Amino acid sequence: MLIELTKRKEPSRQMLYLTPVIAVVLTMITGGIIFTALGYNGAGAVWEIFIKPVIDTEKWQDLGVKAAPLILIGVGLSIGFRANVWNIGAEGQYVVGGLAGTGVALLTWEMEGWWILPLMCIGGAAGGAAYAAIPAFLRTKLKVNEILSSLMLTYVSVQLLYYLMRGPWKDPEGFNFPQTRLFNDSQILPTLTEDTIIHLGVPLAFLIALAAWFVMSKTVFGFQVRVVGAAPHAARYGGFDENRTIWLALLLGGGLAGLAGTFEAAGPFGQMVPQFPTGYGFTAIIVAFLGRLHPLGIIGGGIILAISYVGGEGAQTTIGLPNAATGIFQAMMLFFLLATDILINYRLKFGAASAEAAQ
Amino acid sequence: MTDAIFISIIMTVVGAATPILLAALGELIVEKSGVLNLGVEGMMLIGAVTGFAVTSVTGVPLIGVLCASIAATCAALLFGYLTLTLTSNQVATGLALTIFGIGLSSLAGEGYVGKTVDIYASIFPAGLAEHPFLRVIFGYSPIVYFSLFMTFAVAWFLKRTRAGLILRAVGESAGSAHSIGYSVTGVRYAAVAFGGAMAGVGGCYYSMVLTPMWAEELTAGRGWIALALVVFSAWRPWRLLLGAYLFGAVMTFELHAKAAGFSLVAPEFLAAMPYIATIAVLALISLRKSVGAKAPACLGQPFKAST
Repeated sequence: MLIELTKRKEPSRQMLYLTPVIAVVLTMITGGIIFTALGYNGAGAVWEIFIKPVIDTEKWQDLGVKAAPLILIGVGLSIGFRANVWNIGAEGQYVVGGLAGTGVALLTWEMEGWWILPLMCIGGAAGGAAYAAIPAFLRTKLKVNEILSSLMLTYVSVQLLYYLMRGPWKDPEGFNFPQTRLFNDSQILPTLTEDTIIHLGVPLAFLIALAAWFVMSKTVFGFQVRVVGAAPHAARYGGFDENRTIWLALLLGGGLAGLAGTFEAAGPFGQMVPQFPTGYGFTAIIVAFLGRLHPLGIIGGGIILAISYVGGEGAQTTIGLPNAATGIFQAMMLFFLLATDILINYRLKFGAASAEAAQ
Repeated sequence: MTDAIFISIIMTVVGAATPILLAALGELIVEKSGVLNLGVEGMMLIGAVTGFAVTSVTGVPLIGVLCASIAATCAALLFGYLTLTLTSNQVATGLALTIFGIGLSSLAGEGYVGKTVDIYASIFPAGLAEHPFLRVIFGYSPIVYFSLFMTFAVAWFLKRTRAGLILRAVGESAGSAHSIGYSVTGVRYAAVAFGGAMAGVGGCYYSMVLTPMWAEELTAGRGWIALALVVFSAWRPWRLLLGAYLFGAVMTFELHAKAAGFSLVAPEFLAAMPYIATIAVLALISLRKSVGAKAPACLGQPFKAST
């Protein structure tokens, strides 16, 4: 059967919201087939990764905890992507933010008080923003491509982490393990209730996404970002400063990634360890696209990717699916999303229909 | 410094430079056609695992290299289908390819972690290849000579052939090239496929020659350095060669510093050096707004013929 593409008169809004769903469904189907072909239990993999975390209420808390950093980073990245600022080094900003928050914690380790956690969060956000300021400076002053600079800095940040864990920040009472001392009670994000793992960072992440929605859709700044990205010439004509937008986009993206880093350090980890970088900064890129660069969509995207993480972990123990399978499913989602994007501007026409049109 | 140490330093620099030179040569052609493929790292990893697996099964390195190249080309064509036929965003698609490559290679390589392949392949007689001094010229894997040959071939292709001219035209002005009857999409598909093949060979050089073993994310960001190298070279093959060897020197600095017992700075700092150097180099070349350091005009822009 021949498939033909014909251009739509105007972009389809329906397809804009429908394609992420189509992409996820196609990923499940194709992924199932591929993993079956590779000799794994393909249907089981799809069930474990995409369905089980949703129907198993015990996993919902895990979903929230996993989704929070993805949403925070994804929202920050989406602002940049909209302005055509390709910050793909969020992983590095996340690590440096986590380190900055940890730095505050280590400075205050013998103290207690309600002010310590907010200070850690401010430190973390500032750390991430400062790290993102490097590509911002290089791009605005020296026209260095931010894709490469931000990514290179990710590798540098991991070495910085190793250095601090092995040397200056190592727990003096930690039997020489390369990790910091455990945070004290004033430095750990409290959980919402006694018997949950949902820490304060989770609702905060959702609230920040809502705030970002307000800023992007209702303020001049949001408008400016969208115009600079969609029509740079018009933006210049309208007096919007492109460099300022680049700076703001990177600082916001870095700041939110840094905040996510501090939330993780002060939440699930409760200390800083060399295994801190888990790829959230890269996965958040998929989250941002799956969420259509819209803060509300990103909440949804964050939850879907969290499902794949939680499900992927479950599938390792239940059906012995390798850890790498999660990454493949996640990448496939992005592939299918990008592929089906064409449906927004083009209409699919099947062979028979086009033959009629030809007559 | 004795001659033997000097020679081994040169040889490690060449070893480190070769895979990024290969991947960067491929990407140079891709970018010259107006396409930005950020999936180099992913394609290198796919090549690395394929080359390693095929070689350890068949025992024939040449088949390993060919399969590595074919596998990475398939990945590149997937990128090509999305960006060229379906006109998806090139930056996002390239990133997706890298994430995919990381996942696919670690899945495929699961059974090979920690294993090694023993390859002795030289195109020169042992008397030359193992000679204490002459090995600095004759003592490399055939892939090294292939990379030098390809530098020459790419330079010649771009400058002296009609096909090279068409490729450049497509990258500089896709609309014009289309209107005088060239298939923009076809040319770009060919360029993207070439980029994949080269990244695949570069990747398998890691797993088959340099280490020679398979480990997850074996290439450790070298694909991205290859991308930076293309910018550094200002899209010129001979400068790419120079850049690759410079980067090779920086990348092996850690190794030599360790060997020499040099311990003034933390080893982590030395490990971060190649990445810091890459940023510094990118900043420096943009400071010097010299001749022709310009990207192809259509780089990263999708093209869809309105038939």
